[in-house]
Amino acid sequence: MHKDLLRLARAERAVKRHLAVCLAAAVLAGLLVLVQAELLAGVLSGRFALSALVFLALVVGVRALLGWVQGVAGGRTATAVKSTLRHRLLGRLQDLGPGRLSAHRSGELVTLTGRGLDALDPYLTGYLPAVAIAAIVPVAVLVRLFVADLASAVIVLVTLPLIPIFGALVGMHTKAVTERQWHALARLGGHFLDVVRGLPTLRAFGRARHQAGVIEQVADAHRAATMRTLRVAFLSSLVLELAASLSLALVAVPIGLRLLSGSLDLSTGLLVLLLAPEAYIPLRMMGTRFHASMEGVAVADQAFAVLEEETGRPAGRAVTGTGIPEIRLENVTVRYPGREDAALDDVSLVIAPGERVALVGESGAGKSTLLHLLLGFVTPSAGRVTVGGADLTTLDLDAWRSRLAFVPQRAHLFATTVAENIALGGDHDGAGDGPGSGDGSARSSGDTSGNGSARTSGNGSGADAGLASVRAAAASAQAAEFVEALPQGYDTVLGERGADLSAGQRQRIALARAFHRPQAAVLLLDEPTARLDGRSEAAVIEATRALADGRTAIVVAHRPAMIDLADRVIRITEGRVTSDHPAATIGDSS
Amino acid sequence: MTGSPTPPGPEQPPVLHGGEERSGEPEHGVQKPVQTTQTRAPEGSAQRLGGMKRLVLAGAAGAAAELAGVGLIAAAAWLITRAAEHPSLSALSVAIVAVRAFATTRGVFRYGERLSGHDVALRAQASTRKRLYEALIPARPLTHGGADLLSRMVDDTDAVQDLLVRCLLPAVAALVTGIAAVTIGALVLPAAALVMLAGLVVAGVLLPAGTATAARRWSARIAPARAELAARVADLVHGAADLAAYGANGRALAAADDAGERLAVLERRQSRVHAAALAAGVFVQGLTVLGVVLVARSAGVDRVGVAVLALTSLVSFEPVLPLAAAGERMAGITAALRRLREVRATPPAVVTPAVPASPPDGPLTVEVTDLVVRHGDRPVPALDGVSLTLVPGKRIALVGPSGAGKSTLLAALMRLIDPESGNIRITGTDGHADLSDLDPDDVRMRITGLTQDPYVFQASVRDNLRLAGPEADDETLERAVRQASLARWVERTGWDTTLGEDGRTVSGGQLQRLALARALLYDPRVLLLDEPAEALDETTADALMSDLLDATHGRTTLLVTHRLRGLDQVDEIVVLEEGRVIQRGSHEELLAATGYYQDLWRSESLTARR
Repeated sequence: MHKDLLRLARAERAVKRHLAVCLAAAVLAGLLVLVQAELLAGVLSGRFALSALVFLALVVGVRALLGWVQGVAGGRTATAVKSTLRHRLLGRLQDLGPGRLSAHRSGELVTLTGRGLDALDPYLTGYLPAVAIAAIVPVAVLVRLFVADLASAVIVLVTLPLIPIFGALVGMHTKAVTERQWHALARLGGHFLDVVRGLPTLRAFGRARHQAGVIEQVADAHRAATMRTLRVAFLSSLVLELAASLSLALVAVPIGLRLLSGSLDLSTGLLVLLLAPEAYIPLRMMGTRFHASMEGVAVADQAFAVLEEETGRPAGRAVTGTGIPEIRLENVTVRYPGREDAALDDVSLVIAPGERVALVGESGAGKSTLLHLLLGFVTPSAGRVTVGGADLTTLDLDAWRSRLAFVPQRAHLFATTVAENIALGGDHDGAGDGPGSGDGSARSSGDTSGNGSARTSGNGSGADAGLASVRAAAASAQAAEFVEALPQGYDTVLGERGADLSAGQRQRIALARAFHRPQAAVLLLDEPTARLDGRSEAAVIEATRALADGRTAIVVAHRPAMIDLADRVIRITEGRVTSDHPAATIGDSS
Repeated sequence: MTGSPTPPGPEQPPVLHGGEERSGEPEHGVQKPVQTTQTRAPEGSAQRLGGMKRLVLAGAAGAAAELAGVGLIAAAAWLITRAAEHPSLSALSVAIVAVRAFATTRGVFRYGERLSGHDVALRAQASTRKRLYEALIPARPLTHGGADLLSRMVDDTDAVQDLLVRCLLPAVAALVTGIAAVTIGALVLPAAALVMLAGLVVAGVLLPAGTATAARRWSARIAPARAELAARVADLVHGAADLAAYGANGRALAAADDAGERLAVLERRQSRVHAAALAAGVFVQGLTVLGVVLVARSAGVDRVGVAVLALTSLVSFEPVLPLAAAGERMAGITAALRRLREVRATPPAVVTPAVPASPPDGPLTVEVTDLVVRHGDRPVPALDGVSLTLVPGKRIALVGPSGAGKSTLLAALMRLIDPESGNIRITGTDGHADLSDLDPDDVRMRITGLTQDPYVFQASVRDNLRLAGPEADDETLERAVRQASLARWVERTGWDTTLGEDGRTVSGGQLQRLALARALLYDPRVLLLDEPAEALDETTADALMSDLLDATHGRTTLLVTHRLRGLDQVDEIVVLEEGRVIQRGSHEELLAATGYYQDLWRSESLTARR
């Protein structure tokens, strides 16, 4: 039993009710099998008149009805549990913040909250009812058998425990095997996907056909290893099956002999024959369901592990004053879990209001971490960050972020219209409204949910005002030209992760987002011109220069043009500030 | 055992280099691999024959297990009712032996079925994957249709396994059991056998057909809801930074919740259909037993006969009832198999000539004449009448804004895409050929290099490099790594370190250098380099470009770049815009002329640090 899942089921009222109905129906239907056996044995032995078949029909009908109720309630339980878990997981992701979402885990989480949770279905709709049945029905069968025929009851009583014992052995074995070999399976299974994804590269080097053979070999190794495991796993279930069917033989043959000698009547004999298997079936069923639900258990573990992960910290409440704050880093060290080297190592900086700072250094030196620090995505493991004199950890992060305009290295474009992508968060009515956010409140754009509905964003004067500001932002980011060339212009819906656009175009949409925040006090740009050709770069730099006017700008820069925009250049090498000069002298120092 | 097969042992997969060491012309790190697939064809049909035998074996074992189950109950019922008539013990001995024999063999047969069934399924899956892969080898117009599409395609190959283990083999076992039960029934009373047959057909044919239809209908409705949810969740996760920075989290979360709720509504309704099918199965089973008893009793069958009939019909449903669930599964399986068939049926992007011309060798001259290339049915061609000539030992740089058609030209040169009109001709020391008359593999053996979106495999650093030069010794590898300015990183990372999924542990710059090292290692006749300095920081990019221009000195090279520094070293610069050549000439000539190149150079040098 999964403790966390059961706790969740108990805590959520809807889940609790549906689960109770599901389990009750399952147990009742299981108990009705006893009545059915009783009636059938009676009719077959001639003890009951043929008219008893009416009752039998009734029992069958009720069993079917209960089965239906169990299925419906089970389905409701499953969807309720999945919805609850998904909601909690997604909420949790936001508490953790983007800084903690390492790249390799984000894919895992998308799978987990999507199809991954479906693995809970067999557990909730199959295993849990099977457990309930297994807990009650065999006992009821045993009681009835003791009343009917002591000798048979004793045989069943003695052999019955073999099933859970073997079941536990099988379970323990497969669990150990699963845990031990999970990674091996993932690697072998992942090999095919890896090769398919890398096919263009293989093709370029004439290795594509060679890999067909490798795929075969890996599949063979996979199969051989799987079969080795299965031989053992199935051997245990062979023993299980034997125990069940041999017990039936053990019961049936003596009954036959005792009937022969006249020490037993036929009705009882048939009843025992019909009932004896019913004592074993629930236990074996539970075993089967358990195996089918193993994946669900793993998923539940994974989900609850995410839920129990430590959050960064409780959210602060303080709000900085208006105006452009001074940013101060005091001996800040940032460490990412599982990494030995600090991403930032004892960094102290003061960035005056209105300063334009270029961060330079090799990739991986810690420049992006510095931006993430200011965004509150990561928190210092030592030292502190203050903005306008207030410790960043005490600030209301939403309010603080509403005063930032950020362009990440690889911005995510949402599967919605261009206009909505640019106006992201535009009509957010959270705290810390800047001077420019008033005009955004009437917009219908910025809604990330819409596909079809979003296209209608162009009506009403508020929407027009919104669109005008989107257009202005796009023009500033050098995006207007290509956006207007798209089939539906600003209403064009972008494809899977913005796949319709080139890297440079995506980058300019992301820039337009920043331009769409004229109220921002601080600009944080992470290589904004990395994927642009020279002409677009020059234009974007011009626009950035205008945007930076009257604000603090902190720009991770690779290209000289961007660096020259700054009036101060800070070089970061392996997490430390190694030079910090006014822009004019940078040429001499390097 | 309904779960998917338990994971295998922890052996290391022979990633990338599991194959026999290639034999082939060692000169260019290339091989002629076509023969392998050709010799494999008859082997494939032999495999299929072996697979058929295994499949029959698995089906037989499954049927035997179910038959033993029916036999066990039928014999026991006969034994008990007959014993009640007090015959001599010897009259019962056969039944006693039968009960014991069936009880013992049932488990053994089941074990055999499970093992052989999984073996067959895994083999079938392996061959499906191989066939899918082979279908994907020729360049296809839509292979870049997103990583998710590829993942789904790979998942779809699991459908074959499901089809065998969860549908086909159980159906065979159920069919054999049904026939056996009806035969037993017919021996006792044909009328009762008819009732049994009717019940079994309803539960074993009509119900599964109904669930299959319902599941198909439901999955058509659920799939978009599921995709919608996945997209919303992906937005939340991949866009976490953007959402947090722009305070749009709450709304994105609400959108995901809404999508989840829409999916849940559909899933609940689907579970009602599922539950109804299961309930109907139970009901039909009960009614059939009732009907059999009623018919037998009114036909005056004796107690022994009635008992045997009743219990046989009761038990014969055991393998039949799960078929309703199998039918439900069939909808997904057939959809997956259809998608795979469609992938295999998609014509490749380039037409391989039936009898490919023999490719010229030696130093190659490449003449591109009036090339027009169109992606799909877009109104504007990606390349619109481009001509250029690449002479052995000379280097051409291709510059122009993004979307100008630079990468398309490289794709055409690698024969990844066929031109709409125009021509590419290569001339060697032993003759010449048009690219369209050549096998695309032969073309890429000669014209290749650093392509767009290079991929890092889940394999060691060494293997990731050696895919471009399987014969390369350590010294060659080290030289390539040095030339690509990757030596320090490799030293730090270690040659045998496995690079992570999606090459996550490899930064953009390192990835680019790794790809460059591959290209240098492969050393093709004509080297193509697509934006080698992309995503590198300024200092490294300068260093790399300078190393690169040194390393390619004297090599026939086509370099796509957006950085102009150092281009005074190349022999010709071609400026592309909107699929057309707008300027061409040497660095000095282009600087002297007003136009794109001069603009670009000014904007670059005005801001340059030195």
